Amino acid sequence: MTTLLEVKGLYVHYGAVEAVRGIDLTINAGEIVAILGANGAGKSSTLNSIVGLVPPHKGEISFSGGNLFGLPTEIIVRHGITLTPEGRRVFGSLTTEENLLLGSFPLVDPGTYRDQNLQNMYDLFPILAERREQIAGTLSGGQQQMLAIARSLMSSPKLLLLDEPSLGLAPQIVDTIFEQIVDLRNSGITILLVEQNVAMSLQVADRGYIMASGTIVTEGSSDELSSSNIVEQAYLGHE
Amino acid sequence: MDSDLAVFIQQTVNAISLGGTYALLALGLAIIFSIMGMINFAHGELMTITGYTLMYCGLAGLPFYISAPLAMMVAVVSAVLMERIAFRPVRGGSPASMLVTSFAVAIILQTLFQNLISPRSKAVPLPDVFAHSIHFGELSIGINQILSISLTVVILVTLNWFLRKTILGMAMRAAAEDFSVARLMGVKANAVISGAFAISGALAGAAGVLWVAQRASVDPHMGFVPVLKAFIAAILGGLGSLTGAVAGGFALGFIEIYLAAYLPDHIQPFKEALALGLVILVLLFRPNGLIPAATVGREKV
Repeated sequence: MTTLLEVKGLYVHYGAVEAVRGIDLTINAGEIVAILGANGAGKSSTLNSIVGLVPPHKGEISFSGGNLFGLPTEIIVRHGITLTPEGRRVFGSLTTEENLLLGSFPLVDPGTYRDQNLQNMYDLFPILAERREQIAGTLSGGQQQMLAIARSLMSSPKLLLLDEPSLGLAPQIVDTIFEQIVDLRNSGITILLVEQNVAMSLQVADRGYIMASGTIVTEGSSDELSSSNIVEQAYLGHE
Repeated sequence: MDSDLAVFIQQTVNAISLGGTYALLALGLAIIFSIMGMINFAHGELMTITGYTLMYCGLAGLPFYISAPLAMMVAVVSAVLMERIAFRPVRGGSPASMLVTSFAVAIILQTLFQNLISPRSKAVPLPDVFAHSIHFGELSIGINQILSISLTVVILVTLNWFLRKTILGMAMRAAAEDFSVARLMGVKANAVISGAFAISGALAGAAGVLWVAQRASVDPHMGFVPVLKAFIAAILGGLGSLTGAVAGGFALGFIEIYLAAYLPDHIQPFKEALALGLVILVLLFRPNGLIPAATVGREKV
């Protein structure tokens, strides 16, 4: 198994507040890995610092052997790693298709792949094809989540970071989104998933890390994590 | 033609012409504000730089059709340099520090104009054709007004095309809405901000050419009043909204010209106060402006 992303001793600060305190992560190519934990455990901060949206304080972040630590976001995404942010954050005043086209911005030679990727996204998410001219802010929550994921995929990433994709969505939509996450992995994309929905995440993920108060309290295969009570403990704050 | 109607049409042409200039300026302010969350009070000095470039080009004997685009180019380059030298170091600072920085840039430039060029108003040579008018019965429309309206239309159409149809334009709209996510899309922060300043410089340059074409003179403080008006127009339209800036610019132009044309003589001295009173009245009913920005208060760079 080839290591795609390796994080060592990562610290993230917001002023005096330490959100992430020296965590290690390894993501292998082809895996779905979940980071689970309660609100404020440092999960989103971890993802945001990997892509440079929040500057990491110290540590190492390497991707396919190349260093990402300290690089600006717009350069990091050109390495083939991207984030679908929490709360979807589609460009609400742009159309569905404009959102998707922007997703292909990091491609070195966008002209060649843009149309192909766009077609692939419309095949993968047919509802987006129907809504291609619609202003993204007027899409439903589930459609916006699909758009946010599709927009990330437009850059043909090797690694997709997904921050709370199920947040605020109706249960049936959550099922659909998780099915699509599995489909994406089967199509060769490695996924690092941050979720509060523990049960669903452990169903789709191969492995998981449990975070509490900015540290990783345990890690293991999804089966190990599902069968132990350590997950509940992490949520209740007993380390 | 009925002479009242002729006066009305005449004033309407004046209003479109003045409103168009305000719209160009307000649009320049709005583009920067929408992306950086900064009001650039040195925007007016870009107009003044344009005016001085026209003056020197005229003195050098260059024809207007060369000096006008050249002056706009100088405004573009000045705007990009302004960002690189003065605003980039305070980017991400508080709105107050960016605002004070832009005031400082404005005052430094005004002082330079006063001491290196002249504290007094200087004549700008213009082609004779600008003084001519086209007559339709009782109606006479100045060539410079026709030029002003046509240039405004061309610029607004071109900018609209750029923002809607090109990937760079989309990137700018995206950055204006959510800068962090735009960077996730690989949009380079420095490039998009430099691009926004280049566009705002071109808009200030065009407004400067039109302003000077009406007045045939330039002085160190030329940019102050029109940019103050453009700032009001941008707020009237909805700060940060590009469509709003254009609507606000035209609305302010119409309010000013019609008040000047139709207020009784003894109320004329109060026309500026009345115009601003009307703006306040609009804002009382629409506090976010006529066409508010989609993302009031979203996180900026």
